[in-house]
Amino acid sequence: MKIQGQGALVTGASRGLGRALAEQLAAKGARVALVAREAGPLRDVVAGIRARGGEAHAITGDIAAKQAIHAIAGQAQGLVGEIAIAIHNASTLGPTPLRLLLDTECEDLAAVLETNLVGPFRLTKVLAGAMAIRGAGVIVHVSSDAAVEPYPRWGAYGVSKAAQDHLSKILAAELDGTGVRVLAVDPGEMDTVMHAAAVPDADRATLARPTDVAARIVHMIEDDVRAPSGARLVAPRWELAT
Amino acid sequence: MMAARVHRYAVPPSRRDEAHAVGSGGAGGVLRTGEARGVARDVDEVTGAVRRGGEVADEAPEVVLRTDEVSRHAVRLVIVTPGGDPGIDAALPRIEPFAALPRLLRAGDLVVVNDAATLPASLAGRTAEGSVFELRLSGPVEAGRLFGVLFGPGDHRTRTEHRPPPPRVQEGDRVTIAGMAATVVSLAGRRVELVVRGDQDALWQALYDGGVPVQYAHRSDRLPLWSVQTAYAGRPWAAEMPSAGRPLTWDTVLGLRRAGIAVASLTHAAGLSSTGDDALDRALPWPERYEIPRRTVAAIGETRARGGRVIAVGTSVVRALEAAGQDGELRAGSGIATLRLDVGYRPRIVSGLVSGLHVPGESHFELLSAFAPADRLRRANVLAAQHGLSSHELGDACLIAPA
Repeated sequence: MKIQGQGALVTGASRGLGRALAEQLAAKGARVALVAREAGPLRDVVAGIRARGGEAHAITGDIAAKQAIHAIAGQAQGLVGEIAIAIHNASTLGPTPLRLLLDTECEDLAAVLETNLVGPFRLTKVLAGAMAIRGAGVIVHVSSDAAVEPYPRWGAYGVSKAAQDHLSKILAAELDGTGVRVLAVDPGEMDTVMHAAAVPDADRATLARPTDVAARIVHMIEDDVRAPSGARLVAPRWELAT
Repeated sequence: MMAARVHRYAVPPSRRDEAHAVGSGGAGGVLRTGEARGVARDVDEVTGAVRRGGEVADEAPEVVLRTDEVSRHAVRLVIVTPGGDPGIDAALPRIEPFAALPRLLRAGDLVVVNDAATLPASLAGRTAEGSVFELRLSGPVEAGRLFGVLFGPGDHRTRTEHRPPPPRVQEGDRVTIAGMAATVVSLAGRRVELVVRGDQDALWQALYDGGVPVQYAHRSDRLPLWSVQTAYAGRPWAAEMPSAGRPLTWDTVLGLRRAGIAVASLTHAAGLSSTGDDALDRALPWPERYEIPRRTVAAIGETRARGGRVIAVGTSVVRALEAAGQDGELRAGSGIATLRLDVGYRPRIVSGLVSGLHVPGESHFELLSAFAPADRLRRANVLAAQHGLSSHELGDACLIAPA
């Protein structure tokens, strides 16, 4: 999909990968609605994009809150018009330091699922219908290596991401032929606040920069041949075509 | 260009008492609501029952339909076929599940829906002096401009015509809407245009933080925003839900496409259906913005070329397509629909429609009469009553399509 002129929505857009995705979509001429829980950092990101001549809008909302979903979608489409690109980037690890599953409170598992699985499902339910009736759209689920590998202590997060991967594939199967492309992307290990919370002693020099990963994901959105609907892509293995 | 005939959209004030007396509740008010956008619909605000207008008192006794809500997965359709020999079975009305739509239409037909999402259009306001009022948006919010109607204190549980008048405001007044500072730009009676200066992000956040869907007195509990959206709603342009599309699930949409029946969309800013003010209501529907994508215009052209039927889901779709095709050629793009639809209207673009159920005396019935003879519609209503179908806005439906 060509990004120029499209309406886009990015959750978790105040920092890390979400911020980089919003900035790069805006730099390519998309009108971007940025969603995050905290207004302050989000406004700063939006101001930065506008200062560089991009179109960006701040929407404060919690993707885990059922009441917030139609408000987020309504504000986004009021501000940028039809949404053609939706990126489910916001996610939570649950309590850190990460715990073994048997030490994980049931409520904490449920809360992680609300943010990482049910929230994206609800938002897709609101946005994808308009995409499918118009015959065009891209939905990206930011996944993780933890969706595939059974890392000890990553239980709540890993379960939520594995389920989201499957959500992505089933949506792709159901929307086959509508023109809506549904992707899951494992961004790889990045130098982010979230990574620092999960792995405090990581060697940051070995971690990818969110801006580099965002550039790969933006290419995936653009490339409907190499990134077909239903695919689960791993960003570090994505070769940047020119 | 065809001049649409002037049509009675509301019960005349002189007949209003009479209209009340016809209904079941005694103290009924008359409300024009429903998914009707080209016409109004007379509904008792408390019972939700459809009322008769005063001018049809000499007609045969009408059928009484149920008026309760129906789950969008359980909606039934009365099939009405306008043409053919009324003596043969094919011309008789019948009842089918809404979900059977893919086999009720034919390959080569086209279904057109209105993808406008419903705004949280009811907003709390306060004057500089501290008097409270309600603003109901009547259309899309654009560049900080809010268009709507003012109501006095109270909420939807009071019939619109029983609401106290709004506090007096003048052009240039500063007021507060959903917590935002706004300026009254223009005023015509209770119709108002306001402007909110500054950050549009904050305006939209305030609209969704503070606004709720427009509702009427026949239902006391608050409808959440998600309950007034179709399954394909996009941009928030509608002041009230384009409700004919409510039963259209994705299972049905994809089933239509598999059956060779295309589904296309347009966006039509369905406005308010009632203000409680006779003079204002007589002028409803007000001009409404629409936007028709090029691919929808192309799909309509292809459908007509192959002899297929263009089926509108809801009167808002009829209004948009007929407005855009008024000079004989359907054009893509945006425009303002000003035409009014009634029994004498001859559709140029639309072959048939899906609509809620309506009975004689209701203004909307006359619009349906533009698509099927009144006696066919009456017979369909008798069948609908026998089978317990509901005429509620969130009730059952009819499909009127030529054979």
